Amino acid sequence: MIYFDRVSKLYADNSAALEDVSFSVEPGEFVSIVGHSGAGKTTLVKMLLAEERPTSGAVFFESINVHEIPARKMGDLRRKIGTVFQDFRLLPNKTAYENIAFAMEAAGRPEEEIHSDVPHVLDLVDLGDKINNFPDELSGGEQQRVAIARAIVNQPDVIVADEPTGNLDPVNTFEVVQILKKINDLGTTVILTTHNKGVIDALKKRVITMDRGKVIRDDREGKYIL
Amino acid sequence: MNRVLIKRVLRAGALNFSRNVFVSVASILVMTVTLFVVGTTVFAGVILGSALEELRDKADVNVYFVQSATEDRILEMKASLEALPEVASVEYLSRDDALAQFRERHKNDQLTLSALEELGDNPLGAVLNVKAKDISQYEAIATFLQNQQSEGAGSIIDKVNFFDEQHRAALERLQSITDSASRLGFIIIVLLIVTTVAISFNTLRLAIYTSRDEIHVMRLVGAGPFYIRAPFMVEGVLYGVIAGVITLLLFYPLTYWLGTATSGFFGGVNVFSYYIAHFFIFFLLIVGTGIVLGVTASWLAVRRYLKL
Repeated sequence: MIYFDRVSKLYADNSAALEDVSFSVEPGEFVSIVGHSGAGKTTLVKMLLAEERPTSGAVFFESINVHEIPARKMGDLRRKIGTVFQDFRLLPNKTAYENIAFAMEAAGRPEEEIHSDVPHVLDLVDLGDKINNFPDELSGGEQQRVAIARAIVNQPDVIVADEPTGNLDPVNTFEVVQILKKINDLGTTVILTTHNKGVIDALKKRVITMDRGKVIRDDREGKYIL
Repeated sequence: MNRVLIKRVLRAGALNFSRNVFVSVASILVMTVTLFVVGTTVFAGVILGSALEELRDKADVNVYFVQSATEDRILEMKASLEALPEVASVEYLSRDDALAQFRERHKNDQLTLSALEELGDNPLGAVLNVKAKDISQYEAIATFLQNQQSEGAGSIIDKVNFFDEQHRAALERLQSITDSASRLGFIIIVLLIVTTVAISFNTLRLAIYTSRDEIHVMRLVGAGPFYIRAPFMVEGVLYGVIAGVITLLLFYPLTYWLGTATSGFFGGVNVFSYYIAHFFIFFLLIVGTGIVLGVTASWLAVRRYLKL
């Protein structure tokens, strides 16, 4: 489903963010990518979303090289990949409802579907009572749950969560990980980047370990080993 | 483009506008200043144009005829002058008219009037006052008159004042003054408009700069370029329309207040009457400029952040 083929990313000063990275992700998998800060986890996510181009190598999503997708078709790719970020990245001038509705509108979904699906997905992340709140009226955990609701509302093939628990306390961290697990149980592929040892050890799923831009371990049922 | 998409874009634009009150108010204020400058330059242009027109209107060439010249021959010359493409109008002043005008001009000068009485007969000849369409064309008219003189009409022409060095110098001076004034006026107007448009443009770009992260997020959740850009353009239209209406409202009391003053000025244009008579054109110009400015600035500013 997703295939990184010998991907390298070099910057102008010749420092390598990624070096000869290859791995694949099968449909329905839950893959955690771990590593210290600066290991290249976020660069890897940006490559998959075609936010950054590799210096060499290629990234395939459903056998399509994502960096060969023309700009006007990029929306199609990004609607198949739901994204969740450490800093939530909600639209500050839109309510929880409108943030999620925006992703559906961008996908061209009809009004009736938006009216029925948005409250439903907010209920799923336990925020049914915060439907009309703006992001600055929500706690960090609540904002992240809105972000997750936005990521799943278009039923993407993959959810990419880049350090989603980085700004959260242990209770909210646990809740977010539980939601991601539930999403995966329902059949959606999940790629999670984190440096939270507790999260990884509790998950007991596939772990790819990165260090200084290289994949140094890829374990089926891994633990956080660094 | 379907109806649902248009509705969503309009709603998103209106919501952004109302929720970013500070940015919206700042953008409207700056745009109002720009549109005010655009409107003011139009008024200034009208006043300057009318003043220069009046100045130009003061220029003419006078053909003085000998006393024995018959009216038929003078009217014949008037007709041939009127046939020239450079001539705007020719006014015929008969001997009697010339005398009446002379008396009127010297009504307080008893000495001159009594000298005139002494003469008994009307000493003045008839006159043709020739106005050219443009000051620069008097030379051509004078050449025509010179040719006429040498071809026989000379017997009835007493004097053409264009060949009077002082008159000629005054005409040339007037032309250079009006030309420089129009050129300077045009340069000032263009500079003012370019400066304020640039300021307005930059304000809108800054307003959208604050939204660059949002645009990034919109791209990441899969929104297409049109769906991201269009609400910003709707906001730009709203800024333009509101700033345009404010400007038009401001001009009403301002031109009313300045109306009498400007009609006393040598152009004689009452800006208030001009504003009311040309309101529709002003509306199109001011609101239209606002909309074009808002839409273009938004379009260009968002384009920069869409490259992702």
